[in-house]
Amino acid sequence: MTEKVQITVNGRSTTAEVEPRLLLVHYLRDVVGLKATNIGCDTTSCGACTVLLDGESVKSCTLLTVQADQQSVTTMEGLSPDPEHLHPVAAAFHAEHGLQCGFCTPGMVMAAAGLLQENPHPTEREVREGLEGNLCRCTGYHNIVRAVLAAAGKDPAEAEDSPAELAAPGFSTGSSS
Amino acid sequence: MIPVGFDYARPDTVDGAVALLAEHGEDATLLAGGHSLLPVMKLRLAAPELVIDIGKLTELQYIRVDGDGDDSWVAIGAGTRHRAVEASDVLATECPLLPAVARTVGDPQVRHRGTLGGSLAHADPASDLPAAVLALGGTVVLRSPRGERQVPITGFYTGVFSSVKEPDELIVEIRVPRTGGAGWAYEKFVRRANDWAIVGVAVVDGRVGLVNMGSTPLRATQTEAALADGASIEEAAALADERTEPPTDLAATAEYRRHLARVLTRRALTTAANG
Repeated sequence: MTEKVQITVNGRSTTAEVEPRLLLVHYLRDVVGLKATNIGCDTTSCGACTVLLDGESVKSCTLLTVQADQQSVTTMEGLSPDPEHLHPVAAAFHAEHGLQCGFCTPGMVMAAAGLLQENPHPTEREVREGLEGNLCRCTGYHNIVRAVLAAAGKDPAEAEDSPAELAAPGFSTGSSS
Repeated sequence: MIPVGFDYARPDTVDGAVALLAEHGEDATLLAGGHSLLPVMKLRLAAPELVIDIGKLTELQYIRVDGDGDDSWVAIGAGTRHRAVEASDVLATECPLLPAVARTVGDPQVRHRGTLGGSLAHADPASDLPAAVLALGGTVVLRSPRGERQVPITGFYTGVFSSVKEPDELIVEIRVPRTGGAGWAYEKFVRRANDWAIVGVAVVDGRVGLVNMGSTPLRATQTEAALADGASIEEAAALADERTEPPTDLAATAEYRRHLARVLTRRALTTAANG
């Protein structure tokens, strides 16, 4: 059994008959032919497959294509359609050297773009927490955080001026905090 | 990883979804955000014949105060996503524990998809939100062809990944009390960002919910009783692991979890008392 889907990808309407089990990341890569979105862990952990669904960051390895029917997807290709004029987040990753091997970069940039739509002026801490769902095994995250701060119009040196507190990664929250 | 093939239905209404559940029974499964279901389908630990997608049903997506005066509560549609719980102005005022706990679930991408009803239905004792709703003393509203019934969350869970929800029942709403200015806190202990809680403790208004201290979310009943009898926070927190059966796994031994439950309960009660 197949299902007909209509999904707007990077502003362009796409339609296809797909198996219900087809994952969105496979639709983007193999049906639409956009290869920027990477498959990393394939288990909702690493964030390499992050795209925007109606403007919100999602992991496309954990979404069925049929779940995105009648919705709008933005991938790395759609963020900067003209290589001469990079999206501010992509430009900041370039300027601040927010990558080394580059495998996590499309997902990292899309997660950062989604973060800045929800919170245009994040603190360094909010950037780190906002990118919690994206793993990078090269950079140690330092220049990635600088890049996102720069894309938000902040001085990337803020990452040095106010280092995130070296707390345990757990959460401690309550009415008096 | 590719799931086993399945048939797919996306009914336009909750009643349509209930009718499909009634027709297909245990061969069918509900898909809301999919962040518990799809991973197990990709691992082929689950292979439903029919997936009923309720993720686009806006009639399950709301947060509002219902009832009148003293007999009122916050009603949350089961399809409400974690991100909406996190950002809700109504909950920030009426029940601030819930958005604070929602904010600790997974990562932003996960919270954009996962739903409150899905988290409660999945019945994972390591999940944050079931223990929070348990501490709140919430109610689960279930709908089936037989009508609606309300189940207090204290009687909802029966074991790991299991509850009193029948195969033809759909969670439509979660009700939590308007706790307003009552002190609250959530302590979640993990070793790495983005992990499940090794132990979590939710406190609100003198009630204590425990994450990952048994086969279901649990209330620290001995702690609550001691507090009601006027015990100090230190005395009451020392009882937090009584009547629990924490698991031993790669992350921690049962004994270490007992220690964490006592320490985190003390911290959470202290935070809540100072609020």
